[in-house]
Amino acid sequence: MAEIVLKNVTKSFGSLEVIKGANLRIESGEFMVFVGPSGCGKSTMLRLISGLESITSGELTFDGSLMNNVVPSKRGIAMVFQSYALYPHMKVFDNMAFGMKLAKAGADEVKNRVEEAARLLQIDHLLDRLPKQLSGGQRQRVAIGRAIVRDPRVFLFDEPLSNLDAALRVATRIEIAKLHRNMDDVTMIYVTHDQVEAMTLADRICVLRDGIVEQVGTPSELYDFPNSIFVAGFIGSPKMNFLSAGFAEPFGCATIGIRSEHIEIANSDAEWSGEVVHAEDLGSDTYMFVEIGSDEPLVVRCAGKHRVPWGERIGLKPLSGQLHRFDGAGRPVR
Amino acid sequence: MNRSAADWVRLSAFYALVAIIIVVSIFPFYYAILTSLKSGTAIFRVDYIPVDFSFKNYATVMTGRNFIRSVVNSVLVAGTTVLFALFLAVTASYALSRVRFRGRALLLVTILGVSMFPQIAVLAGLFELVRFLGIYNTPWAMVLSYTIFTLPFTVWVLTTFMRDLPIEIEEAAIIDGATPWVIITKVFMPLLWPALVTTGLLAFIGAWNEFLFALTFTISETQRTVPVAIALLSGASEQEIPWGPIMAASVIVTIPLVVLVLIFQRKIVAGLTAGGVKG
Amino acid sequence: MANRNNSRPIGRELDLEAQRRRAAFLFLAPMIIALFCVAAWPLLRTIYFSFTNTSLTDLYGGEWIGFDNYLRRRELSSGRVVWRGTLADPAWWNAVWNTVRFSVISVFFETVLGLIVALVLNAEFKGRGWVRAAILIPWAIPTIVSAKMWAWMLNDQFGIINDIFIKLGLIERGIAWTASIDTAMTAVLVVDIWKTTPFMALLCLAGLQMIPRDIYEAARIDGVHPVKVFWKITLPLVRPALMVAVIFRMLDALRIFDLIYVLTPNSKATKTMSVISRENLIDFDKFAYGSAQSTLLFAIIAVFVSLYIWLGRVNLSGEGNR
Repeated sequence: MAEIVLKNVTKSFGSLEVIKGANLRIESGEFMVFVGPSGCGKSTMLRLISGLESITSGELTFDGSLMNNVVPSKRGIAMVFQSYALYPHMKVFDNMAFGMKLAKAGADEVKNRVEEAARLLQIDHLLDRLPKQLSGGQRQRVAIGRAIVRDPRVFLFDEPLSNLDAALRVATRIEIAKLHRNMDDVTMIYVTHDQVEAMTLADRICVLRDGIVEQVGTPSELYDFPNSIFVAGFIGSPKMNFLSAGFAEPFGCATIGIRSEHIEIANSDAEWSGEVVHAEDLGSDTYMFVEIGSDEPLVVRCAGKHRVPWGERIGLKPLSGQLHRFDGAGRPVR
Repeated sequence: MNRSAADWVRLSAFYALVAIIIVVSIFPFYYAILTSLKSGTAIFRVDYIPVDFSFKNYATVMTGRNFIRSVVNSVLVAGTTVLFALFLAVTASYALSRVRFRGRALLLVTILGVSMFPQIAVLAGLFELVRFLGIYNTPWAMVLSYTIFTLPFTVWVLTTFMRDLPIEIEEAAIIDGATPWVIITKVFMPLLWPALVTTGLLAFIGAWNEFLFALTFTISETQRTVPVAIALLSGASEQEIPWGPIMAASVIVTIPLVVLVLIFQRKIVAGLTAGGVKG
Repeated sequence: MANRNNSRPIGRELDLEAQRRRAAFLFLAPMIIALFCVAAWPLLRTIYFSFTNTSLTDLYGGEWIGFDNYLRRRELSSGRVVWRGTLADPAWWNAVWNTVRFSVISVFFETVLGLIVALVLNAEFKGRGWVRAAILIPWAIPTIVSAKMWAWMLNDQFGIINDIFIKLGLIERGIAWTASIDTAMTAVLVVDIWKTTPFMALLCLAGLQMIPRDIYEAARIDGVHPVKVFWKITLPLVRPALMVAVIFRMLDALRIFDLIYVLTPNSKATKTMSVISRENLIDFDKFAYGSAQSTLLFAIIAVFVSLYIWLGRVNLSGEGNR
């Protein structure tokens, strides 16, 4: 239950400006995901909110009160780190209790809170172990448990799944989504470079690029109405196809973008035609790479197994209304 | 010469080199032990393998005037110096490795510079200070003066060790509300104790072996440390050097060091390298 | 979870960085004070003494005499001009020459031998751990003890070294290694090299182990001769580590005292700057004169270090920036 507002926030390391005037409102209880390529400043944004980095200029408020000069432990935040950052020499219980003990909480209260959090995460049988005796997934649960024990207003995640293997990543993602539903009054901010994590977890996504907020919106807003070529290309997998120059002219813009699932094979009224140069069969879908003379081959997604021999020429056309048009500056033409 | 013969020659040359290294390294110590076990005139006969096993020299040393006293002095001085240096160095190296502030690089270079000081350059000034404080001819004179090399060394080595601790653990502690003091005592110290042991041991060896200050700041035999005692161990007359007891004393003070060094071999190598190469 | 934080006063507090900087200052202060007391202040006093005629027995009775301890022009009644002071003292220049000779030769051999030992230790063979343990022994033995041990081994009448050399037919009768002017320096060098080569070897070894193994494998696949591999790959890659090790050793060698004091007492052939300074300071009651000499030694080392840092642009702080 904290509404977080960033007003013209900047951050410089020496002469290097990493965050260039961020304006953002995160609603109370919202699950906000910061996403962007590496070096875009998403982690720095999170660290500014956590207080681990100081803000160079601008204002950061939680529920209207200014947080710029408040130390991290007094902000009512909890953070889950990429490397878990468990205290290696402390047992799980002490790891989770450390913050409360430092805040001079009573022993009973500490015990109750830790055990409650452990039950919630199903790690209550691990409380006597040391971090090195746990698996990666268990460590991440302990790290989340330690954050829950802090009873935060704001829950911060810094790429918490990157160190887990693929299967565990999906499981933990679901776990985090569940956590968000259970703690629906806690604002959560989650940093990732993985747009699938962003799409599946977020209430709203904030796309960052070079220290600037590119677009903020719900996953479907970003998917359907990207505010720039950058966002269009970053959100969605496989990447949106972009065609420019001669291909875009008939549509009256500099560049057109079309997602792979919005192209269909057409025999008669084909917009484009080309040779199939590669195909990837994923079982449920098939991605066909069609060379139509543009910079990169067009990726076309077809449901089910689609046996098209390589080298065959096929015709393609966009689904109506699914074409994205962009001007020379990369902004959408609507 | 076929291929395997060439390999054989190369291999034996290599092992010959290994053998030379080992023999040269340990022979003097071996010979000191061998000599220390001789008594009477046997000492003036050159032997390559031990033939006498007499502990008379050891008895002479241990019952001798002040040798035990010197060992106690040495332990006391080196131990106090090291504890004092570690106490100051742990907090200082946290600041140097973990906090960004202006002039940090300069401070580090200065500390390194102090550790390279020629000790003779401070001898006159320290002599005055020691006299002024009234600690001339007491172990405190050594504790004070040894700080000049143990403190920079421990700070430097601990700084390199602390720099390698993961930053996220510290940040987790910050978010948990830990102050820098709590971070050092509750989070870093438990993680660093192997490094502390190594650094302490190396500093201890340095203090244990020191000679210039110990020679200059003590006058009476009862205040001497071991190196001074051994250096000034003399016989009845000026000409007659008591080699047997000297070797026995040498062996007595060296064996604990050698044992420690062999036990902590790996850690010591890591500590020396942290102090040297990384810098 | 409610009512936390909203009513707290805001803004006037220190942020995290400022708080940490304040803590850092408090943490550093004791160390800086300690180092000031045992290093900076005594050094300044030594330099001050070098400009006075203070004596050991009357530390506060000295008067300012300017540069007289360093160099003083004096006209004798006969009209002849003589120069006095350390800089005109042949004994001092002899000590300077001894120190330089000792440092250069010992560091050279220690580097070469250290590199050889490191190369041996870097190879994989059975019993490598034992070799490393063995070479740590000379390092662990106190300098004074090794001086005594070697003094005994180098003894002119009963020493094992003479015995070996005579048995091998290299010499006819025993040499007074430590006492003879001709061999005293050799004796000191041998002991120092024996004692310090292990340290160099360990530093070199650390440098060698930072070279990725696959470089050697690639060279072997390319059929490069091992000697060429050493000169073209190994040496250039360990050079930075080697240079740091050499500089550390050099600074150590320039201030050598204990080994020489014990192994070859009062030998003109080995007396170094540290030895002669202490002799004047304490034994000869030329306190101020000795101070001047130790100040000079400090100045020499300081210039040497600055030159090295400036020329090599060595990043001694070990930080990644710049």
